[in-house]
Amino acid sequence: MIFIILNRFFQAVLVLLFVALISFLIFRFVGNPVESLMGQEATLAQRAALEEALGLNNPIYIQYFDFLWKAVRFDFGNSYRGALPVAELIASRLPATLELALTSAVFAVIFGVFMGIYTAINRGSVITNFILSSSLIGVSLPTFLIGVLLIWLFSVELNWLPSFGRGEVVDLGWWTTGFLSESGLKSLVLPAITLGLYQMTLIMRLTRSEMLEVLRQDYIRLARALGLTSKAVYFFHALPNILIPVITIGGLQLGSVIAFAIITETVFQWPGVGLLFINAVYFVDIPVMSAYLLLVGFAFVLINLIVDLSYFFIDPRLRDSELKDKA
Amino acid sequence: MIKHLLISAAIVTASFATASAETVRWARAGDSITMDPHAQNEGPTHTLSHQIYDTLLQRDMAGAIIPSLATEWAALKDNPSVWRFKLRQGVSFHDGSKFNSEDVVFSLNRAMADGSEMKELLSSVKEVRAVDSHTVDIETNGANPLLINNLTNMFMMDKTWSENNKVTTPHDVAKGETNFATMNTNGTGAFILVSRAVDEKTVLKANPNYWGKNLYPNQVTEIVYTPIQSSATRVAALLSGEVDIIQDVPVQDLGRVSSSSALQLATAAQNRVIFFGLDTVNGPTAELKVRQAMNIAINRDSIKKVVMRGQSDPTGVIMPPFVNGWTEALNKYPKYDLEKAKSLMKEAGHENGFDLVLNCPNDRYINDESICQAAVGMMAKIGINVTLDAKPKAQHFPIAKGGDADFYMLGWGVPTFDSHYIFNYLVHTQTSDRGSWNPTGYSNANVDSMIESLESETNLKKRDDTIAKIWAEVQKAQMYLPIHNQVLNWGMRKDIDFDVQPEDTPHFQFLKFN
Repeated sequence: MIFIILNRFFQAVLVLLFVALISFLIFRFVGNPVESLMGQEATLAQRAALEEALGLNNPIYIQYFDFLWKAVRFDFGNSYRGALPVAELIASRLPATLELALTSAVFAVIFGVFMGIYTAINRGSVITNFILSSSLIGVSLPTFLIGVLLIWLFSVELNWLPSFGRGEVVDLGWWTTGFLSESGLKSLVLPAITLGLYQMTLIMRLTRSEMLEVLRQDYIRLARALGLTSKAVYFFHALPNILIPVITIGGLQLGSVIAFAIITETVFQWPGVGLLFINAVYFVDIPVMSAYLLLVGFAFVLINLIVDLSYFFIDPRLRDSELKDKA
Repeated sequence: MIKHLLISAAIVTASFATASAETVRWARAGDSITMDPHAQNEGPTHTLSHQIYDTLLQRDMAGAIIPSLATEWAALKDNPSVWRFKLRQGVSFHDGSKFNSEDVVFSLNRAMADGSEMKELLSSVKEVRAVDSHTVDIETNGANPLLINNLTNMFMMDKTWSENNKVTTPHDVAKGETNFATMNTNGTGAFILVSRAVDEKTVLKANPNYWGKNLYPNQVTEIVYTPIQSSATRVAALLSGEVDIIQDVPVQDLGRVSSSSALQLATAAQNRVIFFGLDTVNGPTAELKVRQAMNIAINRDSIKKVVMRGQSDPTGVIMPPFVNGWTEALNKYPKYDLEKAKSLMKEAGHENGFDLVLNCPNDRYINDESICQAAVGMMAKIGINVTLDAKPKAQHFPIAKGGDADFYMLGWGVPTFDSHYIFNYLVHTQTSDRGSWNPTGYSNANVDSMIESLESETNLKKRDDTIAKIWAEVQKAQMYLPIHNQVLNWGMRKDIDFDVQPEDTPHFQFLKFN
């Protein structure tokens, strides 16, 4: 058991090293930070001095090891743009992104599961057909377009919800939250829907197909034959059996919700790490870009690791076969 | 009777208070990079600093120089290399300390220190001296008649405050340094910084002890500044009434803003010219006739009409109209003449055309990439097969500047409002400290020495003649193909009375409500 965990852990570290290498290489060779840092009036001599100061003249492998050694100590240097430490910058932006990601994940799971069950139970009804066909929109329309459409409808035309920003934020010292003020909650609605729509559709379709599958099983027929109410059949016998795959997928999707928040955050001027990253790209702010990529890579690897390991605990069959292979 | 008077006085005060208690919610695409006023030489950064800090003299909303912390200035009669500035009396910083000549000496030296991005603008300054508590002399190396043009973005800080907070030098953004002044301010300006979250929200409140209280309208009591990057969201925020003024209305949304009953659009020429540069040393563009052919093959009117939707001011010279040296004759752009262009190509021996790459930014100027696309089509008509290479500015500028590009787009703003600024960067031979944005290979020793002579010529008439001569050379050499001057569009609430500032820098003490 320990061996399996170590094995998985070792794989995760390898993946992270690789992500670090890619993030280092791409950003080392894309764009020129000197250009962004110097004003248009800078002379050639000043440029050369800056290149030297930033260590851009060292051999590449030295720059990479330097990068790795600093990364493990959370030292990503200072942002070229804001001149603040990158770790501090990311820490101050993370609450916004995590609150948005969490809200949209909750939205996606609740609505996705509910509508999935509804459409599975009421096959062929008008509402089902409407939900199913309109859910295609959620999958096929690009995020920024959905965001702009929502802004147009709910902010400009109806004037119900704010079009940008996080509203009033309460500072708890180590965390800033929009959950505690009315404007903060209102501001959360449109970005959360925009970000969660795709995942909601996915979860709904998954729930529906799993539900249809389960409803064909013998034990459901038996339950019905025993005279249980429909409600009891659906919610106490069918639902628990479909939740495991749904939660697995939902968990894995959380990583991509954090990663895809970039577009939503840009559209809604949401002050999270995604917006930070986009600004860093415009400015070729290499320390911020590398740190963000590592962060997202780390989030994905961590979630995968947890999901992977949890399989062994949940499903004894997997555990046995793995042990047999090793033996 | 007395009671009556008191009541009416109370009513007057109350109504006055409500009329003047006005918050302006202001949005633009980008945020200021730092609150340290000498660390960056960049538009949005200066704009925010201008609300909090003052300069000795400033440009008003029409672009004219007006007194600010200095009330009078002149070069000394007996020594033209010394400018004497009389400082305004009774000015205090936001923390209450008095403003005097010590602060000016300190601030200008700070702006010339290592790490300052403002130091090039003061490169001619030899020494700054306090004559008495409210008089300052600035001595330059040789007379510099245009020194005051370089002082409109030189912000004044408090010496004591800076020393107490260890910010006596600007933080070097390039070296990733940061200091107390990055997030904290103490200026003499019309507004006091209340809170700031970078890229999120900055709140300023009116300075109750502002020296210009009786000089300007000062009707704004609070500014809430939010950068909104997505242009669709920015316009939506204006349309839904969540912000009151936005500085950059995208051209495709001009109609929507101006047709809204609650909003208005203010439009004015910007101090920024857009043009193409050509390699004058290598390849077919080294031929003058080819460059001339390309110049008249560009249909500036149709770029204005189709690409810019009328929002541009076509020009025949790489100089916005605000700049000293600008004339109607230079500004007149050549007639679009395909036949003549073709015959010039033939004379140059290129009647079968050639291949060329056009390097273009796609996130810097208004519709930059679309202008380049239009140029590709126009060049095809005279047989030049142009491949468009559009990149974000961070990648584009090194290419445009490095000298490898044969054909590239550039925009140039002129903060000093003087031709010398254009010549020094775009016309002078590329050396280690001049001509850094002249990768065309154009090099003319005679022009170079004329450009350098401008820096110390005190006879303004003679200086203007030299400027005209240099422009004649530039126009003859045709290493640049001017396109147009950009037009600024500010969208705002209908009851706001505010002029569009040619440097795109609103000064909110000038804002009035109707």
